[in-house]
Amino acid sequence: MRHLIDILDLTTAEIDELIETANDIIQNPAAYAHKCEGKKLAALFFEPSTRTRLSFEAAMYELGGHVIGFSDAGNSSSAKGESVADTIKMIGCYADIAAMRHFKEGAPLVAAMRSDIPVINAGDGGHNHPTQTLTDLLTIKREKGHFDGLTVGFCGDLKFGRTVHSLITALSRYENIKFVLISPQELKVPSYVKDLLKDKGLTYKQTTDLDSVMPELDILYMTRVQRERFFNEEEYLRLKDSYILTPEKLKTAKEDLRILHPLPRVNEIAVAVDDDPRACYFRQALNGKFIRMALILKLLEEAGK
Amino acid sequence: MTIDSIKNGIVIDHIPAGKAMLLYQYLKLDGLECSVALLKNVPSKKMGRKDIIKLDEVIDLNWDVLGYLAPDCTVNIIREGEEVEKKRPELPERLVGVIACKNPRCITTIEQELPHIFKLANRQKGTYRCLYCESKA
Ligand SMILES: [Zn+2]
Repeated sequence: MRHLIDILDLTTAEIDELIETANDIIQNPAAYAHKCEGKKLAALFFEPSTRTRLSFEAAMYELGGHVIGFSDAGNSSSAKGESVADTIKMIGCYADIAAMRHFKEGAPLVAAMRSDIPVINAGDGGHNHPTQTLTDLLTIKREKGHFDGLTVGFCGDLKFGRTVHSLITALSRYENIKFVLISPQELKVPSYVKDLLKDKGLTYKQTTDLDSVMPELDILYMTRVQRERFFNEEEYLRLKDSYILTPEKLKTAKEDLRILHPLPRVNEIAVAVDDDPRACYFRQALNGKFIRMALILKLLEEAGK
Repeated sequence: MTIDSIKNGIVIDHIPAGKAMLLYQYLKLDGLECSVALLKNVPSKKMGRKDIIKLDEVIDLNWDVLGYLAPDCTVNIIREGEEVEKKRPELPERLVGVIACKNPRCITTIEQELPHIFKLANRQKGTYRCLYCESKA
């Protein structure tokens, strides 16, 4: 049984295929409107995440399928002490595929090890969120046409940002990508991410200064810098503005820069940036639905359903 | 300091200094009936200081534990006063039920019946990561 727990469960060829399918769905939605007729997706959200759940639900509905499930652990059997393995066994009796969000890291893998239906990891704690990474990849591909040779900047909280780690891991498999890691000292990428880049001989540079690297970037992936991540208030106040993207800061950027953000944003991108054609975070959110449609189709097909 | 030479048994040599007690626990040697000798801080040409464990019976050792805790140790099997075999452990690909995951966000913290499994993440560095949450051991 094929699942998606970690972005590296997919080869780059398979990611290309998913992107191709998603592009085809965007071009020709009617052709996909009945593909999952009579099929059920179980949305197992042990932790609430309205955004991700809506994206999965919309994806399944647009394929003509149905959605069952729950949206927080209080409503689920785990509140009564049922194990993840038992939950997925039971769900497998009713649904054809499952998307699982869990507050504990590794829960979707535990489910996948015991499941009779494909399991999609819809986010497990601070660990993995592969459909967000697929969304990011589809967005970069649609906006830039390719991955190879891009200079990709990541800005903000690079220490705790799982979407950042996962996207860096995914992009590290393409040719000649240059990584620019922009963060305060306290929030630099963890050593395992740097080790990965070093082991693969990839070019990366670390800086605390967004302005100085802005002109080089093809992609700028923004994340939120949270106050509680700082050791002291002074540091936070000194640094917070340097990681807020404004029209002023974009003056030195390339004409064809693309700005991504996994959303929700708080204040790290000024609202005035939204009208800039280089901002594509809302298109990115829409792409999330299309890549999830492509993924559901692929996993159901491989499961012979 | 001298310890009686062993007639039939096992000598685990070249244990990093200070690790013998840990090996004693993880190899569950406290459950044995035979004599067990722990030597700590023995001078060694190769290592400066080392620990040694001697058992006067040939038992089945947990090689995963040895490979994980003391990958450079040597295990000498002694029969009738002669060293008949000299083995070195290998880094195990997987460690099952040897160590527990310390990540408070790991699924193993709420599902007690799940086996704690670690996989070898980097052979050169000998690092292990939790199968479920990928936290470093
Ligand atoms: Zn763990």
